[in-house]
Amino acid sequence: MSKLVKQLGLPKIATSLSLRRVFGALEFPLRAPSTPKGVAPKHRVRTTGGDYDTSWARKKPARIARAAIVEGPMRLVVAGLAAPERNGTDRLLDLPDGPLIFAANHHSHLDTPLMLTSIPEPWRHKMIVGAAADYFFGTKVTAAMSSLAMGAIPIERTRVERRSANLAVDLIGDGWSLLIFPEGGRSPDGWGQPFRGGAAFLALKTGVPVVPVHLAGTGRILRKGRSVPRPSTTSVTFGRPLTPAEDENANRFAARIEREVAALADEVTTDWYTARRRAHAGDSPGLTGPESGRWRRAWALGDRRTRKRRRNWPDI
Amino acid sequence: MATDPRRQAPRPGFVLNVDRQTPPILFHHGDNFRLEKLPADRSRVIYPAEPLPGLPDPEGSIRDALLNPIDDDPLPSLLKPGMKLTIAFDDLSLPLPSMRKPDIRQRIIEQVLDMAAAAGVDDVHLIAALALHRRMTEDELRHALGDRVYDAFAPQGALYNHDAEDPDGMVELGLTRHDEQVTMNKRAAESDLVVYVNLNIVSMDGGWKSTATGLSGYSGIRHHHNVATMRESKSFMDRHSSELHHSNWRQGEVIKNHGPRIFQIETTINNNTFGYDGPLSVLQKREWEWTARDRATFMGMKKGLDVMPSGARRQIFNSWKAPYELTSVQAGNVESVHEVTLEHCFKQHLVPVDGQTDILTFGLPYICPYNVNSVMNPILVMCLGLGYFFNMYRGKPLVREGGVLIMSHPTPWEFHPVHHPSYIDFFEQLLAETTDPIELERKYEKQFAEDEWYIHLYRTSYAYHGVHPFYMWYWGAHALQWLGRVIIVGGHPRSVRRLGFQPASTMQDALEMASDVVGSSPSITHLHNPPILMADVT
Repeated sequence: MSKLVKQLGLPKIATSLSLRRVFGALEFPLRAPSTPKGVAPKHRVRTTGGDYDTSWARKKPARIARAAIVEGPMRLVVAGLAAPERNGTDRLLDLPDGPLIFAANHHSHLDTPLMLTSIPEPWRHKMIVGAAADYFFGTKVTAAMSSLAMGAIPIERTRVERRSANLAVDLIGDGWSLLIFPEGGRSPDGWGQPFRGGAAFLALKTGVPVVPVHLAGTGRILRKGRSVPRPSTTSVTFGRPLTPAEDENANRFAARIEREVAALADEVTTDWYTARRRAHAGDSPGLTGPESGRWRRAWALGDRRTRKRRRNWPDI
Repeated sequence: MATDPRRQAPRPGFVLNVDRQTPPILFHHGDNFRLEKLPADRSRVIYPAEPLPGLPDPEGSIRDALLNPIDDDPLPSLLKPGMKLTIAFDDLSLPLPSMRKPDIRQRIIEQVLDMAAAAGVDDVHLIAALALHRRMTEDELRHALGDRVYDAFAPQGALYNHDAEDPDGMVELGLTRHDEQVTMNKRAAESDLVVYVNLNIVSMDGGWKSTATGLSGYSGIRHHHNVATMRESKSFMDRHSSELHHSNWRQGEVIKNHGPRIFQIETTINNNTFGYDGPLSVLQKREWEWTARDRATFMGMKKGLDVMPSGARRQIFNSWKAPYELTSVQAGNVESVHEVTLEHCFKQHLVPVDGQTDILTFGLPYICPYNVNSVMNPILVMCLGLGYFFNMYRGKPLVREGGVLIMSHPTPWEFHPVHHPSYIDFFEQLLAETTDPIELERKYEKQFAEDEWYIHLYRTSYAYHGVHPFYMWYWGAHALQWLGRVIIVGGHPRSVRRLGFQPASTMQDALEMASDVVGSSPSITHLHNPPILMADVT
């Protein structure tokens, strides 16, 4: 190769296949100018990540399109992949009209479609979803798709910023319900992660009840790190709506939400009364699993992970 | 919901005097309907009250009732670790029709169990207090209690149907001052606390009848489910004038002294049987207020039902779940709680009526307490008409002594072979011989009650107890004694005659036939029921 280059008399730079190296070798004005050290850089308006403007996705045409997506292809995909069993929606009866904050554990990208097709009316079609700004709003294309299909709003998880929280508060104030995954990301190993204070903070700010929700089985279908889904069964269990006590701060309320989700998980793996007994005694198995090495955590997960198997044949 | 004027200001029940402008009146006719023109100027129609508003926060009201009971300690203070707790609940005969999920029993039992869980109670049993009724199926239990409760208790055998014929499962608590035996489910009798969860749809339900009958067996029940008692119950919808209830209350005294502690939870529901909207809402509207849409709905529904086979009609009606709302919940001491329950019940049901009538008419609907998810056989037609509807009074019967009862029902010669096996023999064999309740009781009751095959079916299948058709017949004993004639409009002639009544093809024919008994210009009163009403006759 280098022999050929020498024979053709091409500059050495052209032999590289790296575009960065190609453009990096160009000189101004063929490349963007660099800012002198003694001068403040020009402010650039970011239009992705936490700065993405999602207001268009809450206008009527987008809402109609989203309703069609949720009730059409999304419901079909969820039914085909996840065969969800939905429990506890009766706990949401008798609630006065108004928004709710749904706080669920998080195992998979399938969690959001599963929740969007499981949350009952009247909340389902006036719903926003808290989505990681760095992941779902990284480019304009993914941001537009997330906003349209899920009603997502960007939530910063890598830096402290008021903008996402303020946007969520404003929208809840306008009557939008919020779906949020307080763990801040999908489970890396099948066990849950400690709940962050976002849902609790928003509930305290807005006075809106938080509905704890437990999702089971989505990790088997499309866990973190896998790109091809494998059909299995799932369950969605809604808990009783929680409101913060008078002397409860965001951290304590977040811990209570986590305990309620853990009690719902216990309800799924044992039975309701056993789960209530353990919840009242403070003995509900935690979502985060044992504090031990990786293999022991994976081992301990076993009995939770394989409780239900999908049947290939109908009952006769 | 809050802005709906019908819910905010429901109108009370009232008596309409029929004139020439009055439109034809709706008669239920089993799983179909009839519109009948009643004679002007001598007929009146008693309309039920519109549904009272439901409690705005049912869960909060239930919790409040459990924490602040009447003449008893708060429920959490009665719950201790290591105790034996039994929760008994009303069976599928209540409410009618079944209510939309979540059933009130589920709401209450979940809260009771949550308190028991907080107290660390391990030994909990749940028993469907069905006395001699058929066992509830898994689906029916799931509907009444919810999946959470069912899945937590049924697989371990801690949620089950009461079995009044289990030789090891019943105990005798003693005798009343009238020498009536008191028997009770052994598990309940040996419990430290029995929480009874009741659902009152009519004023007959609840009080000591819940435990004294619901958890009892034939040897206890026969003391009040008999002809003499029923004839002295005037009516059995009015607890203070009902010998049926006096006997139950005497048995309650024995339970109080020798049985377990009872924590009674009673509830009442409103009259929202058919909903404010939807296909059946027309059935709870007054005829002259039917809109064009209501009329179209009714005509379409009637045409459809006319051409449908009876099985399909039954399936459609049995799938209807009523949107009842909770109007009151009270807990604590059995007697004190029941008095409050009765007040709420009467508030919804009582309609003042001035004077008796020569002819009483009503249309019988597709359902009674004993044919939920089943067939309304001719004996149940008799029981619903002469037992329940005739007794929907306080004071004195709506119809004068010697008057005529005209009811509308197809009365098919049809039985559910699994649910009602002894009914078939009762109807085919015994009623062919006599319809006199005294004679039936004297000659055949014991034989049917102790028949091994019926007992086997009651215990292991889904059959009503062998003696149950007798009770249905006794239920109408007071009316049989009181009335001069009973006519069934549109009934299967052979079935109707087997019951000892007269069939008529049309209402006009029935009125003509009644004139033999009450003269040519009798007064007529139509009980526009359901939704439920109770006449307060003065």
